[in-house]
Amino acid sequence: MNPVVRSLRQVGASLAGAKAGLASRWNAMGPTQRLSAYVLGVLALYLAPWWTEIPLLGSIVDTPGTQFTTVLSDRVIIFVLVALGLNVVVGLAGLLDLGYVGFYAVGAYTTAILTSSHASLPWLLALPVSIAVSMVFGVILGAPTLRLRGDYLAIVTLGFGEIIRLSAKNAEWLGGSRGINDIKHPPSIGPLKFGVVDPKPYYWLGLTMVFAVMFLLHRLENSRVGRAWVAIREDEDAAELMGVDTFRFKLWAFAIGAAVGGLAGVQYAGKVGFINPDNFPLLLSILFLAAVVLGGSGNMHGAILGGILVSYLPERLRNFQDKRVFVFGVALVLVMVFRPEGLLPKKVGTRKAVAAPGEGGAQ
Amino acid sequence: MRDWLLYRTFWDLTITGLALGSIYSLVALGYTLVYGVLRLINFAHSEIFMVGTFGALMASQEFLGIPMLEDGGYPYRTGFMLIVFLVFILLCAMVFSGLGAVALERVAYKSLRGNGDLFGAVVLAFLTGFVVSMVFVDDTLANVIVAAILTAPITMGYMSLFRRGKQSPRLAFLISAIGASTAIAEAMAIWGPEKREQYQTPRILEKDVLFSFLGADVRVDNVIVIVGALLMMVALTLFVNKSRLGRGVRAVAQDAETARILGVNVDMIILVTFALGGVMAGGAAMLFTLVYEQSRFNIGFILGVKSFTAAVLGGIGNLKGALLGGLVLGLVENYASAVFGGQWKDVVAFVVLLVVLMFRPTGLLGESLGRARV
Amino acid sequence: MKKSRVLRASALLIGLSLVGVACGGDDTSSDTTAAAGGDVTCDGLKIAFFGALTGDAGNLGQNIKKGVDLAVAEFNEANPGCQVGIEAYDSQGDPAQAPALADKAVADASVVGIVGPAFSGESKAVNGKFDEAGLPIVTPSATNPDLANQGWKIFHRALAGDDKQGPGIVQKITADGKAKVGVIDDNSEYGKGLADIVQAGLGAAAVEMNSLDPEGSDYSAIVTAAKDAGVDGIFFGGYYAAAGKLAKQLKDGGVDAQLYFADGVLDVGFIEAAGPAAEGSIIMCPCAPKDSNADFLAAFKAKFNEDPATYAAEAYDAATAFLDAIAAGKQDRASILEFLKTYDKAGVTKQIKWDEKGEVAGNAIYAYTIESGAIVGKPGLIG
Repeated sequence: MNPVVRSLRQVGASLAGAKAGLASRWNAMGPTQRLSAYVLGVLALYLAPWWTEIPLLGSIVDTPGTQFTTVLSDRVIIFVLVALGLNVVVGLAGLLDLGYVGFYAVGAYTTAILTSSHASLPWLLALPVSIAVSMVFGVILGAPTLRLRGDYLAIVTLGFGEIIRLSAKNAEWLGGSRGINDIKHPPSIGPLKFGVVDPKPYYWLGLTMVFAVMFLLHRLENSRVGRAWVAIREDEDAAELMGVDTFRFKLWAFAIGAAVGGLAGVQYAGKVGFINPDNFPLLLSILFLAAVVLGGSGNMHGAILGGILVSYLPERLRNFQDKRVFVFGVALVLVMVFRPEGLLPKKVGTRKAVAAPGEGGAQ
Repeated sequence: MRDWLLYRTFWDLTITGLALGSIYSLVALGYTLVYGVLRLINFAHSEIFMVGTFGALMASQEFLGIPMLEDGGYPYRTGFMLIVFLVFILLCAMVFSGLGAVALERVAYKSLRGNGDLFGAVVLAFLTGFVVSMVFVDDTLANVIVAAILTAPITMGYMSLFRRGKQSPRLAFLISAIGASTAIAEAMAIWGPEKREQYQTPRILEKDVLFSFLGADVRVDNVIVIVGALLMMVALTLFVNKSRLGRGVRAVAQDAETARILGVNVDMIILVTFALGGVMAGGAAMLFTLVYEQSRFNIGFILGVKSFTAAVLGGIGNLKGALLGGLVLGLVENYASAVFGGQWKDVVAFVVLLVVLMFRPTGLLGESLGRARV
Repeated sequence: MKKSRVLRASALLIGLSLVGVACGGDDTSSDTTAAAGGDVTCDGLKIAFFGALTGDAGNLGQNIKKGVDLAVAEFNEANPGCQVGIEAYDSQGDPAQAPALADKAVADASVVGIVGPAFSGESKAVNGKFDEAGLPIVTPSATNPDLANQGWKIFHRALAGDDKQGPGIVQKITADGKAKVGVIDDNSEYGKGLADIVQAGLGAAAVEMNSLDPEGSDYSAIVTAAKDAGVDGIFFGGYYAAAGKLAKQLKDGGVDAQLYFADGVLDVGFIEAAGPAAEGSIIMCPCAPKDSNADFLAAFKAKFNEDPATYAAEAYDAATAFLDAIAAGKQDRASILEFLKTYDKAGVTKQIKWDEKGEVAGNAIYAYTIESGAIVGKPGLIG
């Protein structure tokens, strides 16, 4: 066996060993220890804006040329939210959505219209309305199209994303190519000032949203709805035969995915204060999908990892200059060839079948 | 709505719409062939088209040495030489696209089928070495050298890391396709001769008006595109229906496992399928440069989306459907421009698609996945 | 008692973060001032370029940066005691990438002035940040009229906005006696904005045509519409690549109208794209002809071995304003901003003097024609 393969195998083995070691330690911990680990982890994430100040680790993590905290608040947290939402549609329910940017845009534009161009509502009020409008769009898109087979759904959702973008571009009341500016920022609470220059409060707000969404989705995954999604994803015909109303649950997946996407849009609009149709190109839908699949579709943590990678790496690798996107393309192919289920693959089904003694068990 | 513009200019729009649609049809053939055989949306097919336009550029400017301007005017050629040149450019474009499609299949998709081979491993290894060295050195030549040195050991590693016999999930194919598409387009943008600029191809065909049809001028290039596309499509159909390889394609499209058992070399057939799609895209590329005389590193993207839409519109997996879908799309775009304005034409196209799919969920001519209906 | 590795790692990370918080913050560099001219001393000052250096619009940014490079190089040579650096922020013209870069610029205290942002879209996204941070900017290329009306005290423009270019174009077209003019745009903010102004200005003479898709290739619908309308003039608001395609298809389609374009088309790329169809086209621009300042032309050619392209000269003027401020001893953002308020100097392109909204006084619009495959400038048309 040649030395490269041998060393690769050894690295792989030690990583697997470390993972198994951590996993067994984790399982061995008591509930209070796990809770404190979670709390410390969450705290560390809230302190992320200061990671760049840490000697040594900071310079590895820092993004050259751009402000690290702004990358966190404008790119990473948005992509993580979007990946969580798209994961519901693609990963959990198995629906190929190539137009997810549409929901993101609807959320952003609704906020923009309500706080700037057609009304003057505060951001906080625009937030639930925008999410609701996104959900409505999710249902509008889903109702006629979810009866289509998988790959047809892809092109139709792609078309939907483009229709949203082009309508925003052509309609004067949506700002046209000029876009909408002066979008209101979230209200400042005490020491947290949501102004123009400091990105930290936005990051914290977004991070809180991520945790909230994670919590809700986790509950959803373990509920009847979540199980129905897994059944639909694994074998839709069988699920239909077993009495699962596949259409209704697929529509739910769309609606919830749209809601999360809309939420990301609201957060984005509230941060940058200015949006135009060029913020929502088809390419972004593709990037979102790549994030989910790269990280491991169907797996919430995989989606988060994918979202972080896809948003953070291009900024971290800015010194690649012009060649960033090329490297990204090659990386996608390489990861898919060698790890097609994504970096953090999903666990097959939510329950493990336990084999009775004597039966050939599943591995 | 717009002052009866559509009514007055109907035949003009129809002629040019059919020409545009013919190009869509040829590219759509590539999508539909691959989908019919592999159930895969070959996202990178648009870049195969772009490579074909680049091939046309190479053919006319480098190999044939035709200048962009001659005495301040177009470098027209006539008679026999014109035909020779056009055929040469066509063949060049087809070769570029065909080879590109074959390479794409071997690198980005084959290993995902559980069948990774040496060619794919070598290319991937080279790319890995190239990208890794880019982290340390910003000089392309140095990167190439380092990559070349590292290719051999990495290849061997990859060969054993390939997952044998295990088919990857469908999403993995799609993302690999997206990655390949991005990488090819960006490679052309970074290392191609024109970088990110729009580049032109010389005009050797004088675009006279041939005749008038119900008030509309029909130019010679319109005729060549429509007739040329039809001819290529007929040739493809004959190949798929009559030749032995074509039979293999239909067999694999119908049931790959059974075909394999019956002795069909499935990998070879898949290669042929991609090659056929590539050749069609090359033909489209040549016709495209004939009419529009320009291209760009990212020309594939929009055209690819539209052609894929055309393929679905007509019925994916169905060759005649690709033709119909392309022509319909070309016409719809032109008519919509006249009625609603150019900025709405894509919206109209997608709405048409949606409406068609709602009433005929498998497209205008229906699917023919493996039903030997071409 | 056994603590999990995870717990330890998190604690470490948090501890370090807290250390980072405590020790974080940067200190400004000290600088000295001196008399103007060759005796200026300064320490670690930088002028920044903000715009697209790579990506689809990278060409434009490269032109602009060269203008800045030239100005700074000349300054540094004349002032050995004060070497001004250049910081380049490559936004790729993308308003989504711009904020993170802008924050970096704001946080870098050695950056005392920005030439840019180059595009109107990214300007809208980030100028508010610069305004709040008091970082003065001079854009050499963003022509959207709205930008001057946002109340940004740091905003300055080194060329006329579209609200001046538009009427200039209308004046030219009317002076040429065109009675029926088709107005086409590329549906971009710049193109459509300008086309709307021109259309309004032309009044009854204007025939509204379509918007076209600059990324697309087939404009046959527009050609057909133009032929049908029988126009004798066509104005297209957009950039050179699409303009070239349009010109070619119009001529091929038998449309003989006089073609008018604006500053986004003033690039050799237009002639390349349109081929012989470009001949006779008229391009208006608030930018000065190449040969209007021989010294600048010579210096540029000597340094870069090519002619200055669109907006390079404006960028040169913009950078010069900052450099003059530094030479006058103003070496921090606030004092440079003050300095710019009363700045009044003949630049390479025009008289550089700003009003309270940041609009520049010299508002000449020039008309260029394409003759024999080259851009030929006619001296100042509308002033």
